[in-house]
Amino acid sequence: MRTIISTDKLSKIYQHRDGIVNALQDISLSINQGDFVTITGPSGSGKSTLLMALCGLIKPSGGTICFFDKDLTRASDQELSRFRQDHVGFIMQNFSLIPYMTALQNTMFPLILNGYEKQDQINRAISALKVVGLNNRLNHFPRELSAGQQQRVAIARAMVNKPSLIFADEPTGNLDPALAFDILNILKSINQVEAITIIIVTHSMDAAEYGNVKIRLNDGTVVNIESVL
Amino acid sequence: MNLFNLVWLELGQRKSQLLSGMLAIVLGISVIVAIRSVSIVSETAVAINLDNLGANILVLPQGASIDNYYSADIDSPTIPEEYVTRIVNSTIPGVDNLMPRLSRRVEIYGTNLVLSGILPKNELASKPLWQSSGLFGAELEAACGDNPINESHGYEDEKLQRKAIDSLKLTDCLLGASAARRLKVNEGDVLTINDFELQVAKVLSETGTVDDDRVFVHLHKAQQVLGIPDQVSAIEIMGCCNAISDGLLGKLRNILPDTRITTIGQIVSTQVKTNQLMSRISIVMLIIIIIIGGISIGNYMWANVNERKKEIGIMRMIGFPRTAIYRTLIYKAIILGISGGVLGFVAGITIAWFIGPLIAGVNINPIPELLGWAVFISVLISIVGSLFPAHLASKFEPFSNMQDT
Repeated sequence: MRTIISTDKLSKIYQHRDGIVNALQDISLSINQGDFVTITGPSGSGKSTLLMALCGLIKPSGGTICFFDKDLTRASDQELSRFRQDHVGFIMQNFSLIPYMTALQNTMFPLILNGYEKQDQINRAISALKVVGLNNRLNHFPRELSAGQQQRVAIARAMVNKPSLIFADEPTGNLDPALAFDILNILKSINQVEAITIIIVTHSMDAAEYGNVKIRLNDGTVVNIESVL
Repeated sequence: MNLFNLVWLELGQRKSQLLSGMLAIVLGISVIVAIRSVSIVSETAVAINLDNLGANILVLPQGASIDNYYSADIDSPTIPEEYVTRIVNSTIPGVDNLMPRLSRRVEIYGTNLVLSGILPKNELASKPLWQSSGLFGAELEAACGDNPINESHGYEDEKLQRKAIDSLKLTDCLLGASAARRLKVNEGDVLTINDFELQVAKVLSETGTVDDDRVFVHLHKAQQVLGIPDQVSAIEIMGCCNAISDGLLGKLRNILPDTRITTIGQIVSTQVKTNQLMSRISIVMLIIIIIIGGISIGNYMWANVNERKKEIGIMRMIGFPRTAIYRTLIYKAIILGISGGVLGFVAGITIAWFIGPLIAGVNINPIPELLGWAVFISVLISIVGSLFPAHLASKFEPFSNMQDT
């Protein structure tokens, strides 16, 4: 399998009035295309910081991040935006849906900048909503949907532009165990059927079991990487 | 969906915020449009009146205002009609024609108009526009044929064209074009003014002057209708230019000591100064409005951007570059500007329509050029006011959304 994203001696330092915080220290790892990666660790271990760095949302303080052969640490804001637009989908714990947009509009949202025709946007969004079983809720606003359904819209939005990678930050954190199970199964299915690499940050050990690559962080360093063939 | 759709969707969500943000700009633009409309129409009216004015000397009662020449006779105090005879008998050289008038505001069928009593023959001789407007009526007498000012205007029967105004009967009236429209009456209809019935002998052609809003009747009928016998409110005089420079005004003041005698030049310069003052006021207002409107829009945008921090974070997260965030806010400013400009124009024209007749004695019709200016200024204010909030919004970091649960 080809490496889709890798880091080399990645570090992130935050300046705080109480002193320097080493959020990430010398993290080197590589993730292959098609992997389902889970990142676990206690609070403050640097899980979300690593996720944000991998998708270009924050600039690391040192080291490199490569998406295939492209060094993201040297990319401009415009290039990083383009990278996220074309290759990345996001799923957040808080769902991050736009409240005044319907499920269909929320799902179409990432396609705005891709120059697709309106009908093409609609068709792609409906296909994505079909994958998550919400094609009968196209015109529902987020407030009219349950938490699980909102997270499914977020998943549809994350996959609508057919990304290479989906990053998920605590995707089941706001859901009860049954709904969490549903969401993880949908993500697993997307990983297997659509061959999209998925990287999840989670507290849940149950969720961590879904990964074929399990990364454990503590104090900003990788303490364990377990690959399941 | 595109960026414009996105802006529309968002605008539709925060209507009350949008309306309050636009209020300052709409009010500001409406004030500018109203002032400019009145001053433009007023300037045009001065120009038209100057072109068509026959009389160049005005005799008014002491205490009459000369701020506006064309309405100086309305509601002013009166002077005795006998002054006309006094001028005629004085043998002062250089007086070509005299036009005594008595004018008062009247309400006819709920419409406010000006009733002007005139001596028809004299009035016709002094009004080139009336001479060329194709007036005709029931009688065939014409009195001004020998006056050089009444040279041919190419009518088939010159005398026939002038006879109505020459011989306006005591039971007849002439209506200005605008007055006829407002009253919705035609020639031959009967009007009742202060219990007196008057038949409309003629609706005058549009002249673009204050005469368009007047009802003309014979001077003696006006005195009767208004209950002001043997009085006039002004006497217009066509004075020979050489005679004016030879001291005609002084000679007139000698025989009419308790009057105010002035030349058109003085009055027009007063009115031109008034118009210039209005223009200056509109420039000052424009500057104030640009500042206040810009601050108001900027404030609205800043509040909006702060409220939408999470949304902007989501946009950045899914790949919107800073420039796209910037563009969405500028598109919003353009939409606000266009809407504010159009609404401000409509409100301004409506205000001008009401205040024009009151403050400048002119009727205001929409001036299309002002719409373009209103929209341009409004869009400019909106964009300038939005630049800073848009810049700050584009600086929002995408991860501000990620940990906000």
